[in-house]
Amino acid sequence: MNEPRVGFIAAAACLMARDLRLALRRAGDSLLPVGFFIVVTTLYPLALDPNLSSLRDIAPAALWVGALLSSLLALDLLFRDDAQDGALEQLALCGQSFAGLLVAKTAVHWLLTGLPLVLVGPLIAIALGAPYAAMAGILAALLLGTVALSLIGAVGAGLTLSLRRNGPLLALLVLPLAVPVLIFGARATALAVQGEPIAAPLYLLAAIAVLFATLSPWALAAAVRIGLE
Amino acid sequence: MNISKFLAMGGYAVYVWPSYGLTATVVALNILWARRSLRRAQREARRRLAALKLAALP
Amino acid sequence: MAWVWFHRFGSPPYFYRVARRLTPWLGWPALILGVAGLIGGLGLAPPDYQQGDGFRIIYVHAPAAWLSLMIYVVMATSAAVGLIWRMNVAHAVAASCAPIGASFTALALATGMLYGRPMWGTYWQWDPRITSELLLLFLYLGYMALRAAFDDVARADRASAVLAIVGVVDVPIIHYSVIWWNSLHQAPTVMKFGRPSMPASMLVPLLLMLAGFSLYFGALLLTRARGEVLRRERNAHWISAALEES
Repeated sequence: MNEPRVGFIAAAACLMARDLRLALRRAGDSLLPVGFFIVVTTLYPLALDPNLSSLRDIAPAALWVGALLSSLLALDLLFRDDAQDGALEQLALCGQSFAGLLVAKTAVHWLLTGLPLVLVGPLIAIALGAPYAAMAGILAALLLGTVALSLIGAVGAGLTLSLRRNGPLLALLVLPLAVPVLIFGARATALAVQGEPIAAPLYLLAAIAVLFATLSPWALAAAVRIGLE
Repeated sequence: MNISKFLAMGGYAVYVWPSYGLTATVVALNILWARRSLRRAQREARRRLAALKLAALP
Repeated sequence: MAWVWFHRFGSPPYFYRVARRLTPWLGWPALILGVAGLIGGLGLAPPDYQQGDGFRIIYVHAPAAWLSLMIYVVMATSAAVGLIWRMNVAHAVAASCAPIGASFTALALATGMLYGRPMWGTYWQWDPRITSELLLLFLYLGYMALRAAFDDVARADRASAVLAIVGVVDVPIIHYSVIWWNSLHQAPTVMKFGRPSMPASMLVPLLLMLAGFSLYFGALLLTRARGEVLRRERNAHWISAALEES
C-alpha cells in the first residue's frame, strides 16, 4: 500500500462531503426514517385513547421505541450502496485509516437520519402530551441516544453487509445491544415530562455513547472487512 | 423420610418436579445432541477423505 | 511455558486427541458431583424458613443461570482468541458454546418462571435477573442466526467473533441498566432467598451442583469442539489417523 498523499482529516472531509452530496441528491431516502418515526409514534394515540393526560404516560416509551425502530430502518442506507458499487473496498485499500473513514461515514449517516429524529422528537412528545418545558431535556436525550444507536447499529450493518434479506437478522442483533440506550433514554424523557431533573440518566446515556464510540472503530473496521470478503 | 412426603415437596411439587424434569431433559438432550454433532462431523470427514483419495488416483 | 501449551492446544490434531481423552475425566466427576448435589439438595438440606421445599428449585435454576453466563464469556473469549491468533480451534470452541449456552439460558428462564410462580404469584415478572436472562437468550440466538447466515465457515467464525466481543462488552451494561430500570419501579425483588448467608447444609449442595454442571459443560464442549475442528480442517493426513482411533 502506498503512503497516502493527503492527511486523514482531508480524506475524511472529502468522504463526508461526497456522502452528503450523494444523499442530498436523493433526499427522499434520507427522510424515510424520520417519516417512519412520525407514522409509528402516531399509531400510539390511535391505539390507546386521544386523551393527552394518558398519552403523556406512554410518550417516553412511544418516542424511544419509535427512535430505535427508525434507526434500524435507516441502517440500510449506511453501507449498502457503497458496498455494491465497490466504493467501500476502495476505502479499505486507499491507505487511510479504514476505521476512521467508516466512523466518518457513520457520522454523516447520523446527520442525515439521526439528527432529524432529534429535531422532530420533542415536537412529537408535545403532540403526545408532554409539557413545553420538557423539550430541552428530550432533545438532549435524543441527541445522545441517536448517536449511540447509530454507532451500535453501524456495527450490525457491517456484520450483515453481504447477507441477503437481513432486516430481521439485523434487528435481532442490534436491538438487544441497544437496550441500555432505550432504558436510559426513556427514563430521561419520562423525568423531563414530569419536570424532574434528568442529569442521572443523561450522564449514563452519555457514558454509553462514549463507550460505543470507543468500541465502534475497531468493530466497524473488523465487521465491514469481513462483510466485503 | 417417607416417600409421599418427599414427592409432595411441602406442596410445591407441581413446581419443583417439572423444574428437575426439564433440567434432566435439557442435560440429556445436550449430551445426545453433542454426540450426534460429533458423529456427523466424523462422517463428513470420512466422506471428504474418500473423495480426495478417489481424486488422487492416477 | 504457558504459551507452549496455548499453541499446542491450538493445533487441531493435538486438540482433537487430547479432547477425546479428557472428556471422560470431566464427564464422570460431573455425574458424581451432580448426584451428590441432588442428594444434598433434595434430601439433606432442610426446608427454607420462608419458601419451604419450593426453594429446592434453586439447585437446578442456579446452575442453569450460572452456565448461561459462563458459557457466553467462554464463547466470547475463545472467539476473541480465534480472531486475534487466527486459531481455528478457538473458533471451533466458540461455535460449540452457542447451542449449549442458549439451551441453558432457556432452561434458566423456564425454571425461573416455575420458581417465580409460587414465590411471586405470577409466572412472569419483569425483575432484573429474569429480564437479563431473556436478553441474554436473544444475544445467543442472534449469534447463532448470524453464524447460520454465512455459507463460508471461516467468514461465519470471524463475523460472529466480532458480534460476541461486542456482546460481551455490552452484557454488563445491559445487566446494570436493567437493574437500574427495575429499582426505579420497586418491582418485587429477585429471588434472594431470605438471608445473605445460607447455612452450610443448603450451600454445599448448591456448590456441588454448580461444580458438577461446570464439569459437565466442559465435557460437552470438548465433544462438540472435536466435531467443529474436523469441519474446519482440510488437511487429510492427521484426520485419517485420528478417525481410525475414534
